[in-house]
Amino acid sequence: MEQEKDLKTRELVINMGPQHPSTHGVLRLKLNVDGETVVKCTPYVGYLHRGTEKLAETMTYIQVIPLTDRLDYISSMTNNVGYCLAVERLFDINVPLRAKYIRTLVSELSRMSSHLLWLATHALDIGAMTVFLYAFREREGILDLFETLTGARLTVSYPRIGGVKRDVTQEFIDKTYAFAEDFPQRIQEYETLIDVNRIWLKRTLGVGAISAEDAINWGFSGATLRGCGVNYDVRKRFPYDAYDLVEFDVPVGKNGDVYDRYLCRVEELRQSTRIVKQCIEALPRGPIMAPDAPKFTLPAKDKVLGDMESLIHHFMLITKGPMTAPKGEIYVAIEAPKGELGFYIVSDGTGKPYRMRIRSPSFVHVSALPRLCEGRLLADVVANIGTIDVVLGECDR
Amino acid sequence: MDPLEIAVGLKERFADDVLHISNFRGQVGVYLKKPHLVEIARLLHDTPEYCLDYLKDLCGVDYMDIKMPRFEVVYHLYSMQHGHMLRLNVQVSEHSPDIDSVVDIWAGANWHERECYDMYGIVFNNHPDLRRILMPEDWEGHPQRKDYPTAGPEEEWRGFKEVERKAEEFKKYQWNRKKT
Repeated sequence: MEQEKDLKTRELVINMGPQHPSTHGVLRLKLNVDGETVVKCTPYVGYLHRGTEKLAETMTYIQVIPLTDRLDYISSMTNNVGYCLAVERLFDINVPLRAKYIRTLVSELSRMSSHLLWLATHALDIGAMTVFLYAFREREGILDLFETLTGARLTVSYPRIGGVKRDVTQEFIDKTYAFAEDFPQRIQEYETLIDVNRIWLKRTLGVGAISAEDAINWGFSGATLRGCGVNYDVRKRFPYDAYDLVEFDVPVGKNGDVYDRYLCRVEELRQSTRIVKQCIEALPRGPIMAPDAPKFTLPAKDKVLGDMESLIHHFMLITKGPMTAPKGEIYVAIEAPKGELGFYIVSDGTGKPYRMRIRSPSFVHVSALPRLCEGRLLADVVANIGTIDVVLGECDR
Repeated sequence: MDPLEIAVGLKERFADDVLHISNFRGQVGVYLKKPHLVEIARLLHDTPEYCLDYLKDLCGVDYMDIKMPRFEVVYHLYSMQHGHMLRLNVQVSEHSPDIDSVVDIWAGANWHERECYDMYGIVFNNHPDLRRILMPEDWEGHPQRKDYPTAGPEEEWRGFKEVERKAEEFKKYQWNRKKT
């Protein structure tokens, strides 16, 4: 008894990351813990900062597309689409309907692949190993589809300003449709594993709860916000591409905890499958590039070698960029798998963006980690990092 | 509510602060002087007709040699309830690169403002925790200013030398020695 009186507890500082498997990249958290309770949480980011915004200022509008691949490298397709949409809005280009449908189709495939990776790693962090194996099986399928279409699995650079790089093949269409037919059964498999799993419920119910007002005030977006009961989806509020031509529902949660966000994302997988099917069924015939696209697209290689005009055109596009840029500033956002991905472009009338700002959802979500973690258990930190679905490439840019 | 109406309403109420209003591709921007920013922001956030409760984005822009004053801090505001969007472009001069923080109004502004300080050197008054965020804490200069070279400074960052020294020191442990 005497001895116990002398025992003192003191705050302990735990350094989590930057090399920690559950931080999904290189996120570092400094955690002050009192026993098992987190008293203070300080996130440190910037380990993956490559200066994308600064680099973009030195490149022509076309050259920026591959840079956007490296933001959210889990779903590079949506980043490309977002950037292209912003530039198209700036130049006032009308994209042909077929290209719009193709973009919607690949964006949704990308969303599915991103959500699968999220589900896999999130479940693995919390302790459900099997889901990881199941989800990766389907993700491979989607990456194979991308390979058929674009030749690349992760950094696709497929959309172009004014359309898409190449038309879809019948092989791709058939494979994608077969995948979409089969996928709902696969989702059911994941749900059987964790939906009512007692451990899963214990680790997620009521954890990381945040009210709708707070979530809006913090600038949350995507499924992280919808889990709190706010019906905000950029695809519905500011329809782009073919999203106003397809039918889909926006799942909304209630309690704003980890479990509700899980339900939202899994339901989004189903809705994405719906959109993919509709896109294939309604895919119209027609061109895949806007009629004025030659001003923004590099001519084919064989033409450059044989045709003088194409050679000059190619040279001008590479060195100076598209010369018809209007002066002005534009903010265009898309619903990326992680949330609202916005591009703010300031144009000074030259072929290069004067300023390109990327509003990345992960950056905003990581900034709210202290709000979610403080006062909770240390083990919940892992669940919280998983639930906001961060990718540090996008956070640090 | 039409964002243009909000902009005109602001111009009537703060005639000295609002410089001009722009409308490009359907996006309305209000160009402001900085003194009453917090008051204006509070008004936009709290007034039920405006209800701009969602700060989509906050960033800096450097207009070196193009515009005076040199910097702009750009706020993209959105109303969850009404669905209208408004942009505020607030002028910040090179000689006094400081502006009032809006963290009290939109909590999400916290990191955006830190990034803006890190990249442009614009100081946000009354910010709860104004530190560098993407660059290391002992970094010199503000990388996204137009007069900062894209290739980076000529001299290597101090911290890098420290990392190299540590790597040299750890060599004695022979981490990568093959097991026999």
